[in-house]
Amino acid sequence: MNLSDQLLQYILSGLSTGAIYALIGLGFAIIYNSTGIINFAQGEFVMFGGMLGVYFFHKQGLALPIAFLLAVVVTALCGVLFERFAIRPLRRPTPMNMVIITIGGSIFLRGVAMIAWGKDTHVLPTFSGDEPISFAGATLLPQHLWIFAITILLIIGTKLFFSHTISGKAMSACAVNRRAAGLVGIDVRRMIMFSFILSSAIGAMAGIIIAPLTMTSYDVGVMLGLKGFCAAIIGGMSSGLPTVIGGLLLGVLESLGAGFSSGYKDAVAFVILLLILFFRPQGLFSRGSSERV
Amino acid sequence: MQRELLKFALFAALVLVAAPLYFQGGYILNVLVFVGINTMLAIGLNLLLGFAGQISLGQAAFYGLGAYISAILTTTHGFNPWLAMIFAALAVGALAFVIGFPILKLKGHYLAMATLGFGIIVYIVINEYVDLTGGPSGFPGIPNLSIGSISFDSDMKNYYLIWVATLGVMLLAINLTRSRIGRALRAIHDSEVAAQVLGINARLLKVQIFACSAMISSLAGSLYAHYITFVSPSTFGFHFSVELLTMVVIGGLGSIYGSFLGAALITLLPEFLRAFHDYDIIFYGALLMIMTIFLPGGLIQGGTLVWNYLRNTLGGKGGADA
Repeated sequence: MNLSDQLLQYILSGLSTGAIYALIGLGFAIIYNSTGIINFAQGEFVMFGGMLGVYFFHKQGLALPIAFLLAVVVTALCGVLFERFAIRPLRRPTPMNMVIITIGGSIFLRGVAMIAWGKDTHVLPTFSGDEPISFAGATLLPQHLWIFAITILLIIGTKLFFSHTISGKAMSACAVNRRAAGLVGIDVRRMIMFSFILSSAIGAMAGIIIAPLTMTSYDVGVMLGLKGFCAAIIGGMSSGLPTVIGGLLLGVLESLGAGFSSGYKDAVAFVILLLILFFRPQGLFSRGSSERV
Repeated sequence: MQRELLKFALFAALVLVAAPLYFQGGYILNVLVFVGINTMLAIGLNLLLGFAGQISLGQAAFYGLGAYISAILTTTHGFNPWLAMIFAALAVGALAFVIGFPILKLKGHYLAMATLGFGIIVYIVINEYVDLTGGPSGFPGIPNLSIGSISFDSDMKNYYLIWVATLGVMLLAINLTRSRIGRALRAIHDSEVAAQVLGINARLLKVQIFACSAMISSLAGSLYAHYITFVSPSTFGFHFSVELLTMVVIGGLGSIYGSFLGAALITLLPEFLRAFHDYDIIFYGALLMIMTIFLPGGLIQGGTLVWNYLRNTLGGKGGADA
């Protein structure tokens, strides 16, 4: 394998993990834009997706597509419950309180997963076999293609949802100005609940499609969540293309970083996160230039 | 101030005289040493979070850096432990001061994420820099502290050593919060812009208190390293930063004795909940959410509310308004 092939290999596998980060980042952005909250429990939704997928497939013996669907629905339900019982009751929602509550929520959910399914790592079978596909000198697994396909579908889907449905438009209105949205008759509380449903469902899907490649356990949510957040920060908290690009960029950089030193692979995302927060702290999401939903 | 000093003296007497007499050594004393270490750490975080209103999810990193710098300097390079401790605190304080400027420009969620990111980077470096730190398997053989011929090698001796340090930190914090600086910090907490308009150098002050809190954490880390004589990275991970946050929030934001209460509760609770060993993580999570929703002032505020209620109902109708 020569250098350029190797490079292509790193980039391709980086793009597939990057797609996952992009989906998680979208989840962050959707909730942030409708509520102004950074949901630290976002990674836990991703973990729940993967773990529930494993549960329904292995323990209940359901077919993979049904297990997939059930896992997404149950995770979305968790998202609703989380919003209803942890976010909504707060009387004075300062950012600090919200950070503490969502952190509390995230370790609570992690604990629930640990007690329900133990501390072991679990694996899902790939969606359509393990026969590698060679592509311009690099090899891909069919699962990589599934990841790309599902990510693209989800991105197009959310885009259409936000621009062509009445609920989606109402959510966009809340993102621009919650108070004004309320004044023109939009039920802001319902839109907030929608945003939790949407982002927990997207998170769950990300968790399921990555589970066959990286395995899953009760504690994968922390890292995945933080990297998804990093993607959203690169994308300026937009729930559209910029965050997706942020995720892909992060995935590729991390994959190339792992080529140099696998031990420090995880540090790459956080160094990027700090650099962006330091040097473009507010700059990356100047309102005019990026799409905010 | 008079009453404050009296309160502190009472607390110190309770901790230094009554507790060791009552417990006599043994396992519970070992737990109480950890209450001391965690109280110190919680106060460090509380200065930042409760008074200045700035969150940090990277406190475990400063704690870990203090512990590892002490460990490496004394064991690998043969430094005097006390000297190493001072050096560690200064180095960690300087690091916090330097990164404080860009980090504390951020607010709310972004500040939380940035400090968290910093904490994870430090954790990864400690884990991966095996030549220096011993990596995941830990760093053994750290010497105990000693004064002259007295070596702090038992739980009882360490109890006194660590609680004297903790009481020192408490006194420092009490004085700090009642000084001009304390009032300025509270002004920043309420409104940074308003504070600046009043002539407070908010940016510098935030960084200074961040560095101060890092130095306290580093000191706690050094004491921990010399007490346990072994350090490993898992002690200083993200989970511990969250545990510290839980202590401060449960005890009461902005209350020094609250930090002690929170630290004592979170440190002692697992000892009483042995049967529910794995459930403690759920418990922390639920506690964080419930406290923030229903009792944002923490245990200290809850205690005050109950006390006032009792005084008003029992003290008859002539008492103050409820």
